[in-house]
Amino acid sequence: MTKPGHSFVGHSVNRVDGHAKVSGRAIYVDDISMPGMLHGRTVRSKVAHGTLKDIVFDAAFDWSDITTVTAKDITGPNFVALMEEDQPALVPMGGKIMHHDEPVALICGPDKSKVDAAMAHIDQQVDELPAVLSIDESRAANTLLYGDDNIFKAYTLEKGEGLDEAFAAADHIVEGEYFTGAQEQMYIETQGMIAHWQDESLHITGSMQCPYYIHNAMKSLFGLEDEAVVISQAVTGGGFGGKEEYPSMLAAHVALLAKKAGAPVKIIYDRSEDVAATTKRHPCLVKHRLGLNAHGEIVAADVDITFDGGAYVTLSPVVLSRGVLHSIGPYKCPTLRVVGRMMATNTPPHGAYRGFGAPQTTFAYERQIDKAARVLGMDPVEFRLRNRLNLGDETATGQILKNSVASEKVVREVMAQAEKEPPNDICMPKAVQDVKRGRGFALYYHGAGFTGSGEDRLKGRVAVAVNKQGEFEVRSASTDIGQGAFTIFTQIAATTLGVDVANVKVVQPNTKMVPDSGPTVASRTCMVVGGIVEQAANGLKEKLQAYGESKGLDCGDVLALAEAHAKDVGELAFETTYKSPPGIHFDDQTYRGDAYPCYGWAACLVDVAVDPDTYEVTVERCIHAVDVGKAVHPIIVKGQIEGGTMQALGWALWESVLYKNGKVMNPSMTDCIIPTAMEAPELETIIVEEPYPHGPHGAKGVGEIPMDGPAAAVANALQDALGKSFDVVPMLPETIAEVLKGGPA
Amino acid sequence: MADFLQPQTLHAALEARAAHPDYLPIAGCTDVMVGFSHQAQPTGFIDLFGLAEIQGICADDGHISIGAATTYGDILKDPLVYESFPVLSEAIREIGAVQIQERGTLGGNLGTCSPVGDTLPVLLALDAQVHVASSKRGSRLVPINDFIVGYRKNALAEDELIVEIKMPLAPEGTQQYWRKVGTRRAQSISKLMMCVVGRLNGKDVEHIRIALGAVAAAPMRVEKTEAVLAGQALHEETILAAQDTLASEITPIDDVRSSAVYRKEVACNLLGRFLNDLGGA
Repeated sequence: MTKPGHSFVGHSVNRVDGHAKVSGRAIYVDDISMPGMLHGRTVRSKVAHGTLKDIVFDAAFDWSDITTVTAKDITGPNFVALMEEDQPALVPMGGKIMHHDEPVALICGPDKSKVDAAMAHIDQQVDELPAVLSIDESRAANTLLYGDDNIFKAYTLEKGEGLDEAFAAADHIVEGEYFTGAQEQMYIETQGMIAHWQDESLHITGSMQCPYYIHNAMKSLFGLEDEAVVISQAVTGGGFGGKEEYPSMLAAHVALLAKKAGAPVKIIYDRSEDVAATTKRHPCLVKHRLGLNAHGEIVAADVDITFDGGAYVTLSPVVLSRGVLHSIGPYKCPTLRVVGRMMATNTPPHGAYRGFGAPQTTFAYERQIDKAARVLGMDPVEFRLRNRLNLGDETATGQILKNSVASEKVVREVMAQAEKEPPNDICMPKAVQDVKRGRGFALYYHGAGFTGSGEDRLKGRVAVAVNKQGEFEVRSASTDIGQGAFTIFTQIAATTLGVDVANVKVVQPNTKMVPDSGPTVASRTCMVVGGIVEQAANGLKEKLQAYGESKGLDCGDVLALAEAHAKDVGELAFETTYKSPPGIHFDDQTYRGDAYPCYGWAACLVDVAVDPDTYEVTVERCIHAVDVGKAVHPIIVKGQIEGGTMQALGWALWESVLYKNGKVMNPSMTDCIIPTAMEAPELETIIVEEPYPHGPHGAKGVGEIPMDGPAAAVANALQDALGKSFDVVPMLPETIAEVLKGGPA
Repeated sequence: MADFLQPQTLHAALEARAAHPDYLPIAGCTDVMVGFSHQAQPTGFIDLFGLAEIQGICADDGHISIGAATTYGDILKDPLVYESFPVLSEAIREIGAVQIQERGTLGGNLGTCSPVGDTLPVLLALDAQVHVASSKRGSRLVPINDFIVGYRKNALAEDELIVEIKMPLAPEGTQQYWRKVGTRRAQSISKLMMCVVGRLNGKDVEHIRIALGAVAAAPMRVEKTEAVLAGQALHEETILAAQDTLASEITPIDDVRSSAVYRKEVACNLLGRFLNDLGGA
């Protein structure tokens, strides 16, 4: 037990979800069964682009206990509501198939193996159309997929005047072209959902990040009121952005099947379906030009960014926005222009993945910064320190950094650690001879929370309550997807209320029970929603104390007050809505102003060793200093940094999604490689705390930033080791061999 | 449902095999089970995992024999194998990870006969012989080079089972080299494997075996490349000539794991490395 005034913040308390997960008691969606539940499957397109003429169900097959659904069964508007109304829940007859593995029909039945067998008896009649399969093909616009230029969205960001003159006056110009490929989230639990209908209301349970996104999409698809749709999150085994928008599609499918079959329906994707059909990180091409003066300062930047959005708009405009806003990095630059565009192609839609557009443009500018230092003959770390943004400096959007800048601190921390003995955990096998070694560095920042005015539009709400049993409850729609959200909410609420963490529980998100605190994305859960939790807990505490005073009770014992209130009056809830901190303004039209309320800062140092015979790369050392404002739960924060670092190293060196004619060719964990512990060096993780005055206890985002920079650090290290420029992600041994032979440098 | 037989003796297993030639003999199932997610199951199985008569390792008469159903884990624990054939132990240590090694068997690797079977290039380079048996026709010894016939195809007859693998002990001075190039360090399917076993007499190549995996439809010995080296003094020009021959002798492909160009280049690099080491040993 604890004394009032005790802070749980900054201490690694037991995770509230830990025991259930390690003991196997946690209930994931595939653990749930309902009476009469049917198993569903999705019939998917077999071409990247075409017109769907007909779907033929083999008359010779026994369909008696199989329910089939096509777009004809959709009575409302046939689209999955998100940003635009372009993506159908099922391709309609006569409609366009826009990508391979696009849903065209659904089936379900009581016998899973019979449903599987039925899949072979469904034929699609399609008139194939020429497919647009790359950024270049999309920009050529010989085949139009969207509007009259295939551009989903474009942004221009400008600062200062006379860009051409600035380049003309520059002493050095550094120019490069960078391509980063798609990346699969590879969460451990594949996507899954169950739906059932009860008295005209729809109930959905599943693996998800954003219950209210699904709530919104289901209301639209079925024409239902708020109360008639109940979305609840089952324990979720990882998301990384992959369960941000796609679950709305899966929810639509189980709901359509359940409605027609008149029974609960479950769909669980197997790994190959999940990898083939769901969203991935956007491929991205960046052309980046920097002008430098003789003093080693950046004087001009000209950046051209093109993302491959895939077949539908989904969340791509927001990804583009973040990519554009991060493309200059944490560096001073008086004159600049950034043009970004999101293209339509006939590949499965790309979507949210940890970093959300920033890792792609970070790779480009951190390669550029490294090359700039080389051109100037400066130490790459020194060059970064000279040009970095500091307190009071102005960002690319004209935002003046008024607080919470750790650009120097993260660099110093990394360099100090580099002086120490390496942990020597993994290194190139001793038998390998003539190993080439190199060291690379990267400095970067990541805007925490929603881009621009997003949080103002969102108005996230959280309630903290005393329930009828006198227990404290945090009610928010923010999901715990393995990242520890429920634990940190417990810590923040218990600290504010002055009670023990054991007295607070976080309600499993369910749209009937929790207000909309916004989606679980954008490194906002601790910084933004955690802040609302703190305010709501404060509000509840004040109300309880007022109640105590009116009854003449001891107002110091909040737990006793809660029990008294529950016993005498009943439940008491206090709900708070997010308000942006004062003085934060962003103009979405001109792209000027405070792009993010604050930034996290990070620096990464990577030592690589390259096998001269096989071109395999071993990351022998990785030092990563990440500023999180305040580590509410240090072990969870460290876990976030380590996990993000490995995903970034994986993206840099091993992970490759292969497409052929718009179809994913390696949809399995065997062939869609992610690194294992054998690839992981002993990660040297340094938590830096530069408090954000408007975050709970100073906390800002941590989820995404570790993903942004390590890939550039790896490329910089490879250039150091091999003397060639590595500008493509992933840097597979095959790519390295090609570059060394003088192929694309 | 598929029929599932679990014979308790080798005799019973061979009888079952003769009676049900369409049944699939299985051991650790580390490969066949993966296949079932996307291809049809056979009508029945003959489970040989744990069959004592075809397990175990023994040394006699200048050979080491390993029972077909001996798990990789048991082979790894055997000091005799490590001392005599370090390349086999090294190859096994990189198969899957510990869980796979506790199920997988040498007999299984030979039965599946995949182009990426990790032990097969080693067995080829070590001149192994495969002891196979049938209930009616008795047993025979098939040289490994004849046992591997083609893409996932071996010389096992419809009524035969693999009983053991025999490898001749190498004379003093024989060097062994092995390298698996995978998609990552563990749980990985090979992009390429190479095993070289050689012995010099002075500067001259007295004995040479070079075998590769994942560079053709089946694991193969590159006999033309061997011929370039056999009897020759091992100097830089010989090594370059061997690399040239190797590049034309293997026929790797582009697939989801790697490219033909990379496989060819790395095969030549590794051959150069091993031959240089052999020359300096």
